[in-house]
Amino acid sequence: MAWVNAIIQGVLTGGLYALFACGLSLMFGVMKVVNLAHGDLAVVAGYLAVFVITVLHVPTLWSFVIVVPVMALGGYGLQRTVIQRALDRGVLTTLMVTFGLSVVIENFLLQFFTANTRGIGANLALVQDSFSLGSQIQVAYLLVVIFAVAVVVLLGLQYFLSASKYGRLIRAVADDKEAAQLAGADYRHVFGIAAALALGTVALAGIAYGMYSTLDPTAGTDTILLFAFAAVVIGGLGSLWGTLVGGIVLGVAQQIGAQINISDEVLAGYIVFLAVLVLRPQGLTSRRSQA
Amino acid sequence: MSLATRAAVEPTADFRVTRSRRNVAWTGAGALIIVAVLAYFPYVVYSGTTTILVQAFIVLTLASMWNLMAGYAGLVSVGQQAFVGLGAYFVLFFALHGTSPFAALPVAAIGCGVIALPLWWLLSRLRSGYFAIATWVLAATIMLIIERFSSLGSGTGMPLPGFAELSPVLLTAYTYWAALAVTVLAMAGVYLLLRSRLGLVLTAIRDDETAARSSGARVGLARLTVFVVAGIGCGAAGAVLAISQLQVQPSAVFDVGWTAEMAFATIIGGLGTIEGPIIGTAVYMVLQQTLQSYNAWYLIIFGVVAMVVALFARRGLWGLVDDRLNVRLFPVGYYLRTPNGNGRQANRSG
Repeated sequence: MAWVNAIIQGVLTGGLYALFACGLSLMFGVMKVVNLAHGDLAVVAGYLAVFVITVLHVPTLWSFVIVVPVMALGGYGLQRTVIQRALDRGVLTTLMVTFGLSVVIENFLLQFFTANTRGIGANLALVQDSFSLGSQIQVAYLLVVIFAVAVVVLLGLQYFLSASKYGRLIRAVADDKEAAQLAGADYRHVFGIAAALALGTVALAGIAYGMYSTLDPTAGTDTILLFAFAAVVIGGLGSLWGTLVGGIVLGVAQQIGAQINISDEVLAGYIVFLAVLVLRPQGLTSRRSQA
Repeated sequence: MSLATRAAVEPTADFRVTRSRRNVAWTGAGALIIVAVLAYFPYVVYSGTTTILVQAFIVLTLASMWNLMAGYAGLVSVGQQAFVGLGAYFVLFFALHGTSPFAALPVAAIGCGVIALPLWWLLSRLRSGYFAIATWVLAATIMLIIERFSSLGSGTGMPLPGFAELSPVLLTAYTYWAALAVTVLAMAGVYLLLRSRLGLVLTAIRDDETAARSSGARVGLARLTVFVVAGIGCGAAGAVLAISQLQVQPSAVFDVGWTAEMAFATIIGGLGTIEGPIIGTAVYMVLQQTLQSYNAWYLIIFGVVAMVVALFARRGLWGLVDDRLNVRLFPVGYYLRTPNGNGRQANRSG
């Protein structure tokens, strides 16, 4: 029964990881940017939520109403100023600049918030309670809600990309930005919109992480970035649902690893990630082979 | 040209291809003098200064290695801390089994080079962004694996044994000389590598990878060599780190901050030039010493400066100097000498 419990936990945490990953997947799919500051931006969103809750006295569950648009706007700004410049200079520069951004953000947070951890909504019933399926399986309400949010976000993104005007623009620019320019699209603006979307989801991911676990300045790189990338690689690029599959596989791998040896949870996830990278770099759901 | 035609076409006399423009015996002698002066330091300066210099040497070695990977082979690795940690743990392992840590240093470096081979097999097909994060995940994985061994101190680390019979003064001096030796060897190694045929391939890759491939350059082999050499260099630096810290803690030696320091130092100093890491390390040490009391600020400022340099002055500080003065301290390029005395630089490689 412990194994069934582990698998259920794994599937549900997969929703959290998918939420981490969809912003990264979006930025990489559209702009070919591996945003090494992705995790740290999620942590920034988490701290922003803490600020909004404690200083502005916004109810915990409504904090996202403020944080998500602020982060989305920030994402647009970041893309148009820093990341676009780096992209113009080349792939290596983009990597170095986003890495630099990651380090700067982390140390900034360390300076102002210290290394003490913060949680979001630790006293809420939603966060603390769980329900039972049968006698031996405990499922936390929070994980179910996060999973549901992840599915809703992915559905929303899927719909947006396939049916809306900006979604079409994003797909066009992702396919071939010069051709899209010929058709009249301003690819810089479209990249900005994609970045805004990505950072909006990152904001949700950060808040979710703050509720599920605790926020500290290094969580961005220690946990969020590597897990997000693992989910993207395992699931495969080019498909948002692939990200969900990747997240679930990662979550299950981690829980199985934890069953074998409690301290091997994270290691098991990384080993699965490396295995996929070597054996099937295009991911489990992708049909194309990765460049 | 044959002798006969040469005599007939008098004004265009013989051309020579040399490796450097001026007589670099002066720079070579200067380098030797600097190294000799540095080696004399423990006799004349306080141990506080040598400790700071040891730190500078570690960063300089790391930066030279990162420069070799990113500036010449196009491999942006965010996981070099894996080798730093491995180097430190090799030293710990051998020290626990009775060897002197100083004797373990070269073994640690070679060991890291050996480990780099299967790691390269995992990474070789990956490009840019995927490669970067894969190196990060590998570093995290290696740290987690090493933390499973309680004989090596698990998650909390342990002190480095093997120094019992050394007096503190002697220990500081030996540490300093070890650090100096590692740095000199690392920079000499990078210089010789770039002067060799392989170096020509690397410079070609640096300038344009596709063109290099189409000229028949063996890009894969060059990348492998660079990865292994960087592994050896970072491993040696990690070994020096362990010796200078007198203890090995996984969170300290596997910290991604090492990659941040080496990357920023290289970027600010000048990516793709051998002199760059020297300048970058100097900037880093100045920042670190002046802002020491302000905790994380030096890394913030360092990072911001690195980002600005990466975006606006691609070839870094040395690039700015080089563009104006046309100076090479480490001659790795090829120059065409015309007989009218002033070497006309026909090929700005290197």
